[in-house]
Amino acid sequence: MSVLVGSETRLLVQGITGREGQFHARGALDYGTKVVAGVTPGKAGETVEGVPVFNTVRDAVAKTGANASVIFVPPPFAADAILEAVDAGIPLVVCITEGIPALDMVEVMRVVSGSASRLIGPNCPGVISPGKAKIGIMPGHIHKEGRVGVVSRSGTLTYEAVHQLTERGIGQSTCIGVGGDPVIGTNFVDALALFESDPGTDAVILIGEIGGNAEETAAAFIEERMTKPVVAFIAGQTAPPGRRMGHAGAIIMGGKGTAKDKMAALSAVGATVVVSPAEMGSSMAAILGDRK
Amino acid sequence: MNLHEYQAKELLARYQVKVPRGRKVESVAEAVEAAESLGYPVVVKAQIHAGGRGKAGGVKLARSRAEVEKFAGEILGKKLVTPQTGPEGKEVRKLLVEEGVNIDRELYLSFLIDRAIGWPIAIASQAGGMEIEKVAAETPEKILRAEIDPAVGMRPHQARRLAFELGLSGDVHKNAVRFLLSLYQAFRSIDASLVEINPLLVTREREVMALDAKVSLDDNALFRHPDVKELRDLTEESPLEVEASKFSLNYIKLDGNVGCMVNGAGLAMATMDIIHHAGGAPANFLDVGGGASPEQVRNAFRILISDPQVKAVLINIFGGILRVDRLAEGVIAAVKELDVKVPVVIRAEGTNVDIGKKMLAESGLNFITADSMKDAAEKVVAAARGAR
Repeated sequence: MSVLVGSETRLLVQGITGREGQFHARGALDYGTKVVAGVTPGKAGETVEGVPVFNTVRDAVAKTGANASVIFVPPPFAADAILEAVDAGIPLVVCITEGIPALDMVEVMRVVSGSASRLIGPNCPGVISPGKAKIGIMPGHIHKEGRVGVVSRSGTLTYEAVHQLTERGIGQSTCIGVGGDPVIGTNFVDALALFESDPGTDAVILIGEIGGNAEETAAAFIEERMTKPVVAFIAGQTAPPGRRMGHAGAIIMGGKGTAKDKMAALSAVGATVVVSPAEMGSSMAAILGDRK
Repeated sequence: MNLHEYQAKELLARYQVKVPRGRKVESVAEAVEAAESLGYPVVVKAQIHAGGRGKAGGVKLARSRAEVEKFAGEILGKKLVTPQTGPEGKEVRKLLVEEGVNIDRELYLSFLIDRAIGWPIAIASQAGGMEIEKVAAETPEKILRAEIDPAVGMRPHQARRLAFELGLSGDVHKNAVRFLLSLYQAFRSIDASLVEINPLLVTREREVMALDAKVSLDDNALFRHPDVKELRDLTEESPLEVEASKFSLNYIKLDGNVGCMVNGAGLAMATMDIIHHAGGAPANFLDVGGGASPEQVRNAFRILISDPQVKAVLINIFGGILRVDRLAEGVIAAVKELDVKVPVVIRAEGTNVDIGKKMLAESGLNFITADSMKDAAEKVVAAARGAR
């Protein structure tokens, strides 16, 4: 089992005629994902990597039955692309684009929260259910089908965690990159809830970082609802305050959002918090070993 | 991107936000000229990107031409040390000379995006002139708040309520409502991530105005504000950081001696953390991004080793889109071209890792390779110690 994406996923790529869109459409196809359509306004009738291109998301959905969309549209137009997918009623919208203005995302989320769509990202690597389907930019080959869920605000640090798991023979049910921006769609709590109710997931790795209070909110959820074990790592333990560490959302402001506070909050509710990023895999292995 | 106070006030005034009359100057003569035209008293204010200027001696009330000359002369060129500048301080290159105003009350007002709810919020308080984080921690009941629905923007009823809760009435209340609504318009229109007015002033003449103004802009939105983008003051930033930004590299200078080059912000932070756990200290944060070209890798390498504190370098790459063989190509070229003397530890995983490792081994250069993040951190910390 897995969450969000699986063998039933029929993927649409918004911005498929761009360099990134085409490259990752190919990557998704190679991984075995059913990529059924692409959208680039004004390019209907073309094909990219054998995938038909449509002018609008509505057209693409009507003609192909796409039920998930991945967005590779440049930042000035990405908010509109998300809204177009929501307008067409696509249940799962994954936005990879980095650099969308925060106030654009505020407006987008106002619309998404009243809709039937779920947004992942923006500024994220996407979602993969190993062995089933891949929506995003992550290297598929480092993953292995299995029963550990991974949720993370970071891209390459997620790959690091996955690599550590796979190296130990531990597979993943689904890996969700929620994104590094201050205003995002699906958050830690949403992802934890999905994993908690997924019979195919036994345990979860949560990878947070400085900035905001998503890890603290996740801790509250873990205390109230989670029965499955959670291993957590928080990046930015040595980050200086007041500086934006690459991700738009990774900043300690007014003494708030430190790694120390987040680690304390997660430890307090029984999550296994590792101080070193090298221990994410071994710590999960120890927990799964204990449960056998 | 942060603005100077004088820039923030000029920008806010375009949206009918009331600010004292003032002028930015860069010499004592200009300061005197500005003061003479504004009329005494005036306030002479150091313009640096840091708070706490008043306590550090960077803000002075001048009642005469002689005082303006004295204070402007003292502050210009001075290294101002405040809790926000760090011990090295910041050199004052510009002053704001502003009309003196008659203070009746000092309040607090800011707009920012509340990440927990994903909406803009207004925060106001009667405790003006104090650090708002301190007020929130010690007397949370003094924090007033309004959540702004992005679908309709800030509504007059919200501004009226906040102004009443600030204890204002009559003309002052009306002026405060106007100020609140104008400031929200400014916040929204310029794509700010923070607009903070502390103190927000009520004058004895019953005006409401911004005595100080701090504006941070959303870097992601600068593409649609080309005029605002030009307000960036490069002298306020570290030269290496300015250089890195030319190549779209995310570089932040830190105090340690282990230079790091990593792809991805999260992995870059985690690499800094693991260096720390291995007993070392990172010299920088450097994210070369997901699709770095050999050219970008070369520039990244050049920038990070131009920091004289760097005694060893750790390259930690998890190649997804960025292939390890391309990384190796960039690193080998950089090390040859720049005649790098410090030890370089490389840890790479991902696409084409075997080809990349072979290229490094056959390059004839003395790279130290590592198998894991932990191994890499231990090796680079040892190398940095040995090189000292």
